[in-house]
Amino acid sequence: MPLSSRHLLGLNGVPKEDIQLILDTTKTFREVLERPIKKVPTLQGKTIVNLFFENSTRTRISFELAEKRLSADAINFSASTSSVSKGETFKDTIKNIEAMKVDMVVARHAAAGTPLFLTKICDANIINAGDGIHEHPTQGLLDLYSIREKLGRLEGLKVCIVGDIAHSRVALSNIYGLKTMGAKVSVCGPSTMIPRNMKELGVDVIHNIDEAIQENDVLNVLRIQLERKAREYFPSIREYAKYFGITEERLEKNGKDVVIMHPGPINRGVELSSGVADGLQQIILKQVTNGVAVRMAILYLLGTMN
Amino acid sequence: MDIKSKAIDAEGFSRIISRISHEILEKNKGTKDLVLIGMRTRGEFLAQRIQRKIKEIENIEIPLSVLDVTLYRDDFRTRMKQPEVSVSNITTDITEKNIILIDDVLYTGRTVRSALNAIMDFGRPSAIQFVVLVDRGHKELPVKADYVGKNIPTSTNEEIKVKMTEVDGEDAIYLVELK
Repeated sequence: MPLSSRHLLGLNGVPKEDIQLILDTTKTFREVLERPIKKVPTLQGKTIVNLFFENSTRTRISFELAEKRLSADAINFSASTSSVSKGETFKDTIKNIEAMKVDMVVARHAAAGTPLFLTKICDANIINAGDGIHEHPTQGLLDLYSIREKLGRLEGLKVCIVGDIAHSRVALSNIYGLKTMGAKVSVCGPSTMIPRNMKELGVDVIHNIDEAIQENDVLNVLRIQLERKAREYFPSIREYAKYFGITEERLEKNGKDVVIMHPGPINRGVELSSGVADGLQQIILKQVTNGVAVRMAILYLLGTMN
Repeated sequence: MDIKSKAIDAEGFSRIISRISHEILEKNKGTKDLVLIGMRTRGEFLAQRIQRKIKEIENIEIPLSVLDVTLYRDDFRTRMKQPEVSVSNITTDITEKNIILIDDVLYTGRTVRSALNAIMDFGRPSAIQFVVLVDRGHKELPVKADYVGKNIPTSTNEEIKVKMTEVDGEDAIYLVELK
């Protein structure tokens, strides 16, 4: 049974069966990553362009590795070193790349909706690698997979997303994906960082971090995006760390075996204390490994579709 | 799909497993360095049967692994249906081992070609021998089975259906006609 769409633009509206298929397929690629030779010939002859109009280390390397491990030909494009800096329009850039006969495009852009626009101007399969503050579906899927791997299921689990929900594409993809899979989702953070539409999405809002720890199975702790003017939303980093930072003392006080996740990069001492970031309850580096497997699964499912 | 004839019944099936197990032991002069690899789905169960039979004969349990070759197939672009992948489970180090690769039907030879590629990604075995329950002819690649349960010549609009109790509730091999 193939996926119902030939693009992956977000997790909003993606049916449960599709998410299930991606997570099940990820398991296969998780196994491939444990082999002495971590490469399979599946996408031989396919050309994939990684179109990054915004900085990224983890996601770009993760996609590139996934592509190489499926034997696809991967081309990297970053806006800063391209003709975009000579004034070429976005559409012209894409049309030129498409004319070189590519099969798939992995796109990251600061403007929400860029991947959707790409589907309208080119024929390749489009994968969203993060568009503005809209969605980051592969991160959402790797988070779902990591939770399922750790706790064995998603249905009925309580997951709280902590931090700057309003400016987070990771949060939104997590919310859509988790809700579809039957988890109970809440968010926690300063009220300036919680969007107003949470109720419409069926998400509870918690403002007390201790309460969030006590009531949930998983905390997905987001990065405070200091480069995106996050500091305009709370008085000081120290105050944020005091009220919403997760520390060993806090976990111990609430006495709960809650699983700690983080999409990286971590601001140590802000949203997570160093002890928690390296502690026994976190699965942060597992998320990174699973990220490669999830991306392999998505590339495989889209790339072998007729 | 019409069943044309039952080529092998349950008794015949068990005799084939028995004979092949003896042949494996004879050709390899025992069980030293042998590793069974069954190809999903029915090859896995055939491998388990051979493993049990050899245990009966020699009282030694040969290591058994399972291989899924979907990622190595060469027909992604021509097939209408997307193949479903599942997980390979190679539990032993296969370097310098004698691999007994097991599948149910040998037809075009393309599946065993993908299996050979897949195995090489797990290590460098000293030899690979190929067991097949039915050789139905029409090979498209230069491969040959070392142990054959039964040769059943077929035409291209016929198909071999291998049934096994583990998944189908009975042990039998049918020759069916495709419509």
